[in-house]
Amino acid sequence: MPGIREKVDVCVIGAGHAGCEAALACARLGLETVIFMVSVDSIALMPCNPNIGGSSKGHLVRELDALGGEMGKNIDKTFIQSKMLNLSKGPAVHSLRAQADKADYTREMRRVIENQEHLTVKQTEVCRILTKDIADKEGIFEKEAIGVVTFTGAVYESRAVILCTGTYLNARCLCGEAISYTGPNGLQAATHLTDSLKELGIKTRRFKTGTPARMDKRSLDFSKMEIQWGSERVVPFSFSTDPETVQIEQVPCYLTYTNEKTHEIIRNNLDRSPIYAGIIEGTGPRYCPSIEDKVVKFADKSRHQVFIEPEGLHTNEMYVGGMSSSLPEDVQLSMYRSVPGLEHCKIVRNAYAIEYDCIDAVQLRPTLEFKKIRGLFSGGQINGSSGYEEAAAQGLIAGINAAMEILGREPFVLDRSEAYIGVLIDDLVTKETQEPYRMMTSRAEYRLLLRQDNADLRLREKGYRIGLVSEEAYRKVCRKRELIEEEIDRLKHTSIGASAENQKFMEDCQSAPIRSGTNLAELMCRPELSYEKLRKIDTERKPLPDDVICQVEIEIKYEGYIARQLRQVEQYKKMEKKTIPENLDYDKIPSLRTEARQKLAAYRPVSVGQASRISGVSPADISVLLVFLEHYNREEKKKSDGL
Amino acid sequence: MDTETIAAVATAMSSSGISIVRISGDNALTVADKVFRMKGSCKSLYDVKSHTIHYGFLYEGEEILDEVMVSVMRAPKSYTTEDTVEINCHGGVLLTNRVLELVLQNGARLAQPGEFTKRAFLHGRIDLTEAEAVMDLIQSQSSLALRSSLCQLQGSVSSYIKELREKILYEVAFIESALDDPEHISLEGYPDRLSKVLDTVIGKLDELIKNADQGRIMREGIRTVILGKPNAGKSSLLNFLAGEERAIVTDIAGTTRDTVEETIRIGEIGLHVIDTAGIRLTEDVVERIGVEKALRAAESADLILYVMDSSVDFDENDRIILNSIEKKNVVILLNKSDLPPVITKEMLCTAYRLAYPIVVCSIKSKEGLDNLYEILRQEFFHGTVSFENEVYLTNLRHKKAVSEARESLEMVKKSISLAMPEDLYTIDLMSAYSALGRIVGEEVGEDLIDEIFSKFCMGK
Repeated sequence: MPGIREKVDVCVIGAGHAGCEAALACARLGLETVIFMVSVDSIALMPCNPNIGGSSKGHLVRELDALGGEMGKNIDKTFIQSKMLNLSKGPAVHSLRAQADKADYTREMRRVIENQEHLTVKQTEVCRILTKDIADKEGIFEKEAIGVVTFTGAVYESRAVILCTGTYLNARCLCGEAISYTGPNGLQAATHLTDSLKELGIKTRRFKTGTPARMDKRSLDFSKMEIQWGSERVVPFSFSTDPETVQIEQVPCYLTYTNEKTHEIIRNNLDRSPIYAGIIEGTGPRYCPSIEDKVVKFADKSRHQVFIEPEGLHTNEMYVGGMSSSLPEDVQLSMYRSVPGLEHCKIVRNAYAIEYDCIDAVQLRPTLEFKKIRGLFSGGQINGSSGYEEAAAQGLIAGINAAMEILGREPFVLDRSEAYIGVLIDDLVTKETQEPYRMMTSRAEYRLLLRQDNADLRLREKGYRIGLVSEEAYRKVCRKRELIEEEIDRLKHTSIGASAENQKFMEDCQSAPIRSGTNLAELMCRPELSYEKLRKIDTERKPLPDDVICQVEIEIKYEGYIARQLRQVEQYKKMEKKTIPENLDYDKIPSLRTEARQKLAAYRPVSVGQASRISGVSPADISVLLVFLEHYNREEKKKSDGL
Repeated sequence: MDTETIAAVATAMSSSGISIVRISGDNALTVADKVFRMKGSCKSLYDVKSHTIHYGFLYEGEEILDEVMVSVMRAPKSYTTEDTVEINCHGGVLLTNRVLELVLQNGARLAQPGEFTKRAFLHGRIDLTEAEAVMDLIQSQSSLALRSSLCQLQGSVSSYIKELREKILYEVAFIESALDDPEHISLEGYPDRLSKVLDTVIGKLDELIKNADQGRIMREGIRTVILGKPNAGKSSLLNFLAGEERAIVTDIAGTTRDTVEETIRIGEIGLHVIDTAGIRLTEDVVERIGVEKALRAAESADLILYVMDSSVDFDENDRIILNSIEKKNVVILLNKSDLPPVITKEMLCTAYRLAYPIVVCSIKSKEGLDNLYEILRQEFFHGTVSFENEVYLTNLRHKKAVSEARESLEMVKKSISLAMPEDLYTIDLMSAYSALGRIVGEEVGEDLIDEIFSKFCMGK
């Protein structure tokens, strides 16, 4: 068949938050990359909430930024309000969230994508993945991705293909009884690719998610709502952004509540909800529930929060956070109008639920490459996650690993003790998630180490080694580390005398008197004291940047906790380091219970640690596996010694 | 993986009436078939139903070796989950050994200590505490320890620990869900609530730790050290307790220059007795080493039997001994009651203000020693030697894990008192949860596996 034939290094299918990061990573590493989307206008679209970050999602963005991703920089350029959440809690759960001007966000990312060297933008639907069989099987790879075919028949040969299809595969949107076969925001759905994936033996399933209504600002009564401002001093998402450039004039959000009347309207119309009426087959996220779900799940709660947030500076549309729904239009209207401040609301866009095809991510390696198909990677909502940040993080990792493979370099995997990104991907590829996966602080076991404030200290160097972080940025974090260590050292070795003046100071701070020989670090550990408060008696102090002081404070105040968490990590790493041969024949381990044997054979975990997190594999099975590997490794060693 | 057929004597080697030789593995039935003929039948053991017992004879060549009962348990419903045959033969060390040899000649190999249990464990038949209890069973040295091992086997420690873990996990889950969903779950007043829960759990762990020593004592026997001045009669006491001439007994002071150990049973109490060199200030280098060793042994003892010669006056050496055994469980044996006394029980109580139990006796003529047993019961089992319903940790590793868990929970309490943010509590709660998990095998620590392997004699 005649048609266009092109040769590139990488094909990225989809230009949402995952696709953008994947494509940028590949192109920035020097690979000829083409990014496909059904509409150029939908690049980095935010079809749901108008924010980036939030509890634990903020961590993902900062980590992604430390590794050299784009999302953090993009939101720093386009936010209209920013807030550090959970400041009343410990530093591990502080999280950044910014309101985006959606149109600006999309436009800015599109500008970056369009101007990236080695990156080509192509508006077309990809219908088929081209593969060839691998003749001499190595490991468990059976096939190799060699390109894609578009709707118009064009063939793009490539060395890697990255799936970032988001919610577009066989998408349909539901607003009560009204169903349209479109992707988010009325965009064209991708209706061919799922079949191609199935032909490749990839298991797919159906998930759903939803979004609330958008309202005309002029129809709302803000006097009945609580006003919500951002933080006074804005912390940028990106470690490359100069903090002074983000101290902008911010716009407010608003908080109101549902009430018994709202709930009654919902309860009376549940039979008209496509989910409760059984029209939707997809499973929805428990942690980002629709208002119907909340009313059913928390039947005893008399109210739920509703956040009214601007969608941008140049639009009157307001997002109604906390009230996503798939109820019919008429029910929606009366439901929303029962909420204080929304009595006369005019709905610009109805709330709707969207159902789409995604894959079972346990078919992927921790590199996000398919276990059985070399060169085929998958990142974002197609992997069963939810959220822009989760998508972007996966997109970046998929992009990096596609590049690493093509360049013949070591794969890049973050583990659970290194980053939220590591937790996210490990969970996705190890645990069978029955609903869209949302990042949460509780999922990270070692969260005191994985703070949003130290993402650069954790990951900058890795980003630099990959080649996505500049030498300058890397040097900056090295310098920062030095400053932190020097200052901690100084505080630990600066004794404070028990002079009358100092005791008076302690009294003023409502702190116990000092015994002679006490050092500044010890004083900082007292709950009532802080680095800032000690300024008066710490006369030798030199001025330091805010981010350095923040690290010094946390490392001293929580030293014991950090040390204990590090010990837990040590334990964890022991099991992660016990690798399992990829093509291990589990049938040769008769002592495993049948369920465990089947699971292990299907999942092919890379380490004993990962094996232990697979549901259906018991501690006794792990012991058996350890015994076997001990034996196996000895035999292998004997063999290699014999050669 | 490891389906070699193994065999061993499954009952204690003794002069008892019946012994059992157990064979386990893929070829267990084949091996048994070669040596066993059913009475009045030429059926193979492959033809009989699982879990049946058969009467017949063991043949060594064409000669009858023994008249036996043979039970057959087919995989997977046996202790090891493999095909298993148990030969009930006539007891006696000699005959039992010949039966075992016969089985080994016919295709089985000798099982290593604990190998049946290892197989049971590796096949998922029993969990770790149970496996370890079985190992303890093998090693248990007194009947009391045996009873506790059995109790543990039934999972009482497991279920007790599991319950405590559940409690901890609930709190972790609560804190986590409050972090994830602050709109619907509030942490207000929670620290106080948690504090109360922690007190309960810590109390239970304390109970376990307190009882753990008793558990160890039951398994290993009471670590008993005999102390005294030279020639007070220490070695005679050991010999009396052991019922044989073990240590050299002479009238020359300072004969025992090293420590001599012996495991002894008095009634149902096991004693692990260490006889030591006599304590005295001495110039003799060799003897001095013995003295130092004796004092070191006393440091780690559960019980000190302090033998005093009532015909010799109290002196500096007695003072050295008394100083070294302060705060210990001590029983004083005022020996040589057959000789004219220089010191008496009354003098020790009043003039020297010793509050230890004192037994006036003559080891040589075996008089007055009956009281010792009564005193040991009082000292170590609070008067009652009852083990029916209590939970004991008989394993040092378990005790350590429980102590670790306790320490972590104390850390949480400290965090609460310092008004630390709630999200930090989970670090130490999870540490406690994992430590306890290691006991019941729900958390697989690498160190644990190593330890188990070494106990199972792996690595060959």
